[in-house]
Amino acid sequence: MSTVIATDLQHAVEDAAAHLYVWSLKDIPQDLRDALAAARLRETSVTGQRVLNTIHKNVNIADSEKNLVCQDTGIAVYTVRVGEHFPLHPVRIYEALRDGTGRATIEHPLRSNAVHTLTRENTGPNIGYRLPIVHWEFIADWDGLDVKCVPKGSGSENMSFLKMCVPADGVKGIKQFVLESIVGAGGKPCPPGIVGVGIGGTADYAMYLAKEAITRPVGTRNADPLVAQLEDELYGLLNETGIGPMGLGGDVTVLQCHIEHADTHMTLNPVAVNYQCWAARRASVHVDAQGNLDYDREF
Amino acid sequence: MAEHTVTFPITDPQEILKLRAGDEVTVQGHIIGIRDRTQIRIFDEGVESPMDLSGAFLLHTAPGVRKLDNGRYEKVCIGTTTSARMVRFTEPLGRQYGVRAICGKGGFPDEAIAPMQELGMVYFAIVGGAAALETTQIEEIEEVMWEELMPECLWKFRVKDFGPLTVGIDAHGNSLYHDVQTAAQLKLKELYARL
Repeated sequence: MSTVIATDLQHAVEDAAAHLYVWSLKDIPQDLRDALAAARLRETSVTGQRVLNTIHKNVNIADSEKNLVCQDTGIAVYTVRVGEHFPLHPVRIYEALRDGTGRATIEHPLRSNAVHTLTRENTGPNIGYRLPIVHWEFIADWDGLDVKCVPKGSGSENMSFLKMCVPADGVKGIKQFVLESIVGAGGKPCPPGIVGVGIGGTADYAMYLAKEAITRPVGTRNADPLVAQLEDELYGLLNETGIGPMGLGGDVTVLQCHIEHADTHMTLNPVAVNYQCWAARRASVHVDAQGNLDYDREF
Repeated sequence: MAEHTVTFPITDPQEILKLRAGDEVTVQGHIIGIRDRTQIRIFDEGVESPMDLSGAFLLHTAPGVRKLDNGRYEKVCIGTTTSARMVRFTEPLGRQYGVRAICGKGGFPDEAIAPMQELGMVYFAIVGGAAALETTQIEEIEEVMWEELMPECLWKFRVKDFGPLTVGIDAHGNSLYHDVQTAAQLKLKELYARL
């Protein structure tokens, strides 16, 4: 790989990150708009309708005023798929994502949320030690790069839960924990949103998977039919709880339930819940080996 | 469920007493932005609020702003944060400062019900995340104090047709959040039995 190509590619990825961060904050994806519109038709409570109508109005105003949908610019989380033959090392991809996040924050300007976790002092333009956060996946026999930006607001991130169920708790234990978590969260995570569930693996990996789950397009289903069936069942059960839009009561508590899974130890049964608010912001780009950017490719 | 328009700050306590949980409210006048660090400074560190909070409407916010050359602030995006973290300040805000309304998202737990009833206060639920709309309803940032806490300063906003808000907790001991949780806990038992 020549240095010139690598430098140009790094700039291209940095430009992409800066664009994705602002774009995702202003223009929510079509699948989410559709899910919110369907929720508005389904909701029967007066307070729930009031909330969903306000959300509808807000999304339209964000479009017309070119403003952010929500003031919480979140923690920038990126999901990245790197092809085996993509000519830029992940070390440099990370630098580009960090620099792009910082640049967008300063240039727009965006509210900067990043603080040192003990001193609570601001650490810079939405970047800091180990910020932004990147989920990596490596793809064999491919020379491309996919980047998805998911700014994660704190209201919903604060509603994250982990339980190390035991094998004897079975699938029933998983369902109960997800239900009690979402009822306990009430209106705090800005329902109706996407419930991300991670099952299997280890404690840390289950939470990682729960985060992966909330980054999927709304209503997509896990490729494993057993897991997909559990997604359907939990989606139905969660909407019977009556928590409703913004926790004020109603029919629509969640827009979706997505589950990601990993095989686990014979004595483990971890279940993690990560909530994504109704403003489930998400934007993606595909970068080819020459540094060309295609912002229309969803993954 | 009635609809009301209330102008803040209020001087007549009846303005609060007429509101009932579930009612829709639109707010005019002036509101004050406040957040975790602002209230920690006032109550935990004992620094008196430099802004008059009597009869006030407090909004749980940390706005996105742009500082202008003349030192004033221009709004970029102003929305509302989760209230539950700040519930313990409810009683001293009402008793020491005469605050009449607290607005945020996600609600207050039950410990807010008694002080709100005793002190004639109300909790307004806003739609969390609906910041683009909220920003258009804030006409101007009139005053900023404790800038060193940016963005968790004390903010004075002039608003027009701020809402729609829902009365989440009224001054008569009613809380929509309490009612929804009670019903949901009963429902959970039924759902568990079906699993």
